[in-house]
Amino acid sequence: MSATIVDVSQPITDHEVNAIRRDFPALLESVNGEPLAYLDSAATAQRPHAVLDAERHFLEHHNAAVHRGAHTLAGLATEAYEDARSTVAAFVGAGPDEVVWTANATDALNLVAYGFANASHGRGGAAARRFALAPGDEIVVTEAEHHANLVPWQELAAVTGATLRFIPVNDSGVYSVGDAAAVLSSRTRIVALAHVSNVTGFVAPVAEIVALAHARGALVVLDACQSAPHRALDLPGLGVDFAAFSGHKMLGPTGIGVLYGRAELLDALPPFRTGGSMISTVTMTDADYLPAPQRFEAGTPPVSQAIALAEAVRYLQRIGLDRIERREELLAERMLVGLAGIPGIRTIGPGLGVPRAGLVSFDVDGVHGHDVGQYLDARGIAVRVGHHCAQPLHRRLGLISSTRASAYMYTTTDEVDRLLGSAHEVRRYFGAA
Amino acid sequence: MSDSLANLYQQVILDHARQRIGYGQLDHADAERFERNPTCGDEVMVRLALEQGTDRIASLAWQGAGCSISTASASVLAQLAEGLTLTELQSKIDAFRAMLRERGDVEPDEDVLGDAVAFQGVSKYVMRVKCAMLPWVAAEACRGSLT
Repeated sequence: MSATIVDVSQPITDHEVNAIRRDFPALLESVNGEPLAYLDSAATAQRPHAVLDAERHFLEHHNAAVHRGAHTLAGLATEAYEDARSTVAAFVGAGPDEVVWTANATDALNLVAYGFANASHGRGGAAARRFALAPGDEIVVTEAEHHANLVPWQELAAVTGATLRFIPVNDSGVYSVGDAAAVLSSRTRIVALAHVSNVTGFVAPVAEIVALAHARGALVVLDACQSAPHRALDLPGLGVDFAAFSGHKMLGPTGIGVLYGRAELLDALPPFRTGGSMISTVTMTDADYLPAPQRFEAGTPPVSQAIALAEAVRYLQRIGLDRIERREELLAERMLVGLAGIPGIRTIGPGLGVPRAGLVSFDVDGVHGHDVGQYLDARGIAVRVGHHCAQPLHRRLGLISSTRASAYMYTTTDEVDRLLGSAHEVRRYFGAA
Repeated sequence: MSDSLANLYQQVILDHARQRIGYGQLDHADAERFERNPTCGDEVMVRLALEQGTDRIASLAWQGAGCSISTASASVLAQLAEGLTLTELQSKIDAFRAMLRERGDVEPDEDVLGDAVAFQGVSKYVMRVKCAMLPWVAAEACRGSLT
């Protein structure tokens, strides 16, 4: 990006998008003889040269094991690794001790759920008693959760005897603060929800739900996978107690995710995985654990991935999260208006004028999502088809699968228009219109 | 573009996906099997009735929801299965599976597979082979439970 002065309140322009695209080698690919239109960034984002180069540079010059060894490279690697933690922590308004590296967001959510489970079995001593669940306690999720923010809570309920309850969604797949208030009670101990739904693009009223939860003594766990890459995030400001997001959806590598936790909570939560790197003293019968975040990082961590993720954060910050969000709002509106106007296509999620992230899922009457995806793929258009790891939500909406188009900062209006053009033809091709 | 897509979605497949031969229940079934593809959520229930006192298939019926490849595949299977012995059914399942695994390198035998040869193009789409196999895997389990 050139160092021109830009109005930070304005969306990224088409002209800027063309410059941004040159940073992303994968966007230049051809698929089935057509230029790739990559509309699957909600599944995984493409990576810019800067991120690829940062990982390679580290591996070529500074690669070493971190937090052990006294040689020069070990020191440089440890420093780069911990600098990366500070960069990513600052990106979400947190302190470095409040960020734990995990394998991915699913791993981060499991870390929290199993921390609660271990506390429920008496691990972690008096400090961890606040996490102990028992029959009568309730865990609340929404009906729109990704399986990663549902199944770990099912397991936690199963092993503690707690009850899993859910905030129901309406026919569009969204819910209100009132819907949440009707489910939360003094028995609620955990509220787990997605900041942005990976299916509907719905932006949850997080601050309001945090207020409801905290007033009832419950802790809030936020799945920020679809928000952290696309909008400015201040996790302490939102008031959530834990949050998870993944590297590969925000221009970074796979194999790394982030758990945010308020410092006092992380210091009290019993560890999930144990072993090397997370202990202070070990005898043949017992071990003392390091403070957070190290107590959650047993084993050799994803070092080069952490360094590359920090570079991804710097790339996002150079462009500006607010401008990315504005741009994606425009793209979402273009997709939503265009798709909703096609006979036989039903869009899922909030209607026009309601906040929505840059993705639209839709059902094509008489054509299965798999066939829609194949038809689009033949035209070089990459979308996600299936249940998007949200089977309960699809069941609630009367669907087995849907097709999802998701945009990112590098998505062009032309790509959206190619999607709309092909979506117009798909029912006729399969004899459904 | 259109050539590769037409190779996958041959007209026979698109027709079967809409005709859905054998779609529905059976008054009496000697075997039934439910199969589901966890990656896409497609599901199919295959039911099989034998001619009384024989191992010859009186009818094969199916119910379920899925993409055009899996529903067309179930339709073709139902058409093909009627009147076969269980052993003959298995040899056709084996031939169908072999065709899908061969990546289109070997010309399938239309005398053995009938309309099912149209699925040869599916073999080039690794992610769709499971769709095509789903009802056949269910039928194979039905056969297994009867022998």
